[in-house]
Amino acid sequence: MSTGTPRVIKARVRLGDRVFSTSTITAGSIIVAILAAVAIFLIAQSIPALVAKAGTLPNAASSFWDYVGPLAFGTVWAAFLALLMATPLSIGIALFISHYAPRRIAQVLGYIIDLLAAVPSVIFGLWGVSVLAPAVQPFYVWLNTSLHWFPLFGGDVSGTGRTILTVAIVLAVMVLPIMTAVCREIFLQTPRLHEEAALALGATRWEMIQMAVLPFARPGIVSAAMLGLGRALGETLAVAIVLSPALVVSFFLLTSQNPSTIAANIALQFSEASGVGVNALIASGLVLFVITFIINAIARAVVNRRRAFSGAN
Amino acid sequence: MSKRIEVNDLNVYYGKFKAVEDVSLTIEPRTVTAFIGPSGCGKSTFLRTLNRMHEVIPGAYVEGEVLIDGNDLYGPGVDPVLVRRQVGMVFQRPNPFPTMSIRDNVLAGAKLNNRRMSKGDADALVEKSLQGANLWNEVKDRLNLPGSGLSGGQQQRLCIARAIAVSPEVILMDEPCSALDPISTLAIEDLIEELKRDYTIVIVTHNMQQASRVSDRTAFFNIAGTGKPGKLIEYDDTNTIFSKPSVQATEDYVSGKFG
Repeated sequence: MSTGTPRVIKARVRLGDRVFSTSTITAGSIIVAILAAVAIFLIAQSIPALVAKAGTLPNAASSFWDYVGPLAFGTVWAAFLALLMATPLSIGIALFISHYAPRRIAQVLGYIIDLLAAVPSVIFGLWGVSVLAPAVQPFYVWLNTSLHWFPLFGGDVSGTGRTILTVAIVLAVMVLPIMTAVCREIFLQTPRLHEEAALALGATRWEMIQMAVLPFARPGIVSAAMLGLGRALGETLAVAIVLSPALVVSFFLLTSQNPSTIAANIALQFSEASGVGVNALIASGLVLFVITFIINAIARAVVNRRRAFSGAN
Repeated sequence: MSKRIEVNDLNVYYGKFKAVEDVSLTIEPRTVTAFIGPSGCGKSTFLRTLNRMHEVIPGAYVEGEVLIDGNDLYGPGVDPVLVRRQVGMVFQRPNPFPTMSIRDNVLAGAKLNNRRMSKGDADALVEKSLQGANLWNEVKDRLNLPGSGLSGGQQQRLCIARAIAVSPEVILMDEPCSALDPISTLAIEDLIEELKRDYTIVIVTHNMQQASRVSDRTAFFNIAGTGKPGKLIEYDDTNTIFSKPSVQATEDYVSGKFG
């Protein structure tokens, strides 16, 4: 054995290995390339809107940020409200399917949830505007009169029920299936050993779920919420159909003055936009891209913070 | 702290399948009792009926009675949750909760009974339980780290600490050393010897040397063939079972002729 440089042992490269590694590298690179292409397109097309002078932008906005502000707010606000409703509900449904329902009922429920995921969003939009909005309007009136002191329920109540809250409910129903499906899969993967450990300590079924199932599923629940959020942030038609938008930043849930969302605004305005208006719409798309990116990064950070306790080791 | 267990004419079923037939035995307080026998002979199933853990499997039920100090575990109105707080269990594979720290693992069961435990009480209980499981010196500086970072043997002792923190009367152990190396196994066996002073211990084991080392009495289970129910063949002092058993099958098993 020679001293100094260690001998390098070279493995014979087989054809199958090479084909496989090349194809996976290609697949991996494509996703990066697509993302880069989208980002470059958005940025390049956005620049005219970002540097546009006051007066040239649509809606008489003084600058691009003035233009996109209410839309970005509306997007995040509607998605947040939707998630606020959908997360506990989907965890509940998923827990029922995975740990409470008899096997046969659980299966049927699982199919129904998956079916719901296949309904196109335009249907949800139509349902929202023609069924849900009229149905909840009297309830909104009641909320507005009896809980007027509560900031979110203030303002002048809408006469049609087509408010940001209705949109949020529609979005919640839309994201429910995917979140439930992911949560159910995660809950079913809880190791039986840990469930039995909890039961053997004298835990009731609910205590067992708190002790073994939910902590184990936490990263999965966050992922499910992110999937739902992604869908809610980007949802176009359902929002465009239900809402008659105004350019406001308002936390009121029940008034007829509601902020629109970025995606719905693009859908509604694009066919009639021209010149810098088109650039402004694309730039708003870039903002949506960045918002989604930031929220995903935060979710990752939340999951990683307690990685040592994830049970993956 | 420890209690006498009396089992009368117990049959265990999984749906229509009879897994264990007609077992009657008495386990004295502060003793270690070992269940031995070939795979599938129903010893683990029978062990689980002593704290109603078999009910986790849908369709499982028993006939007969299990008395702990005269109280029937299967009497009307008996809550399995309360039974399991009296009769603790340690499993084949170490199963500390991976999402909890070492400290929280020890307190997991105790907190079910007493949610508003003061920090001082909790600290005392953690130390006492870990001392009781011979683990305190190894983990006292890292109580807030995850339990899943410990070695297999340490994890199993953590599980024992978790079980004794609830102060049960009886501790059931289902092949507690089968996933451990010889050194860790020895540590657990020493621990069983110490726990015997306070608890009634029932242990299922595939390892006959282990049964002869740790137990006072031994029960031998066997099956006539696949699909037949497991039966209690012989139950006697461990010395007798291993030196001059009265049934031929027992002698064949302990001398290694089958199983």
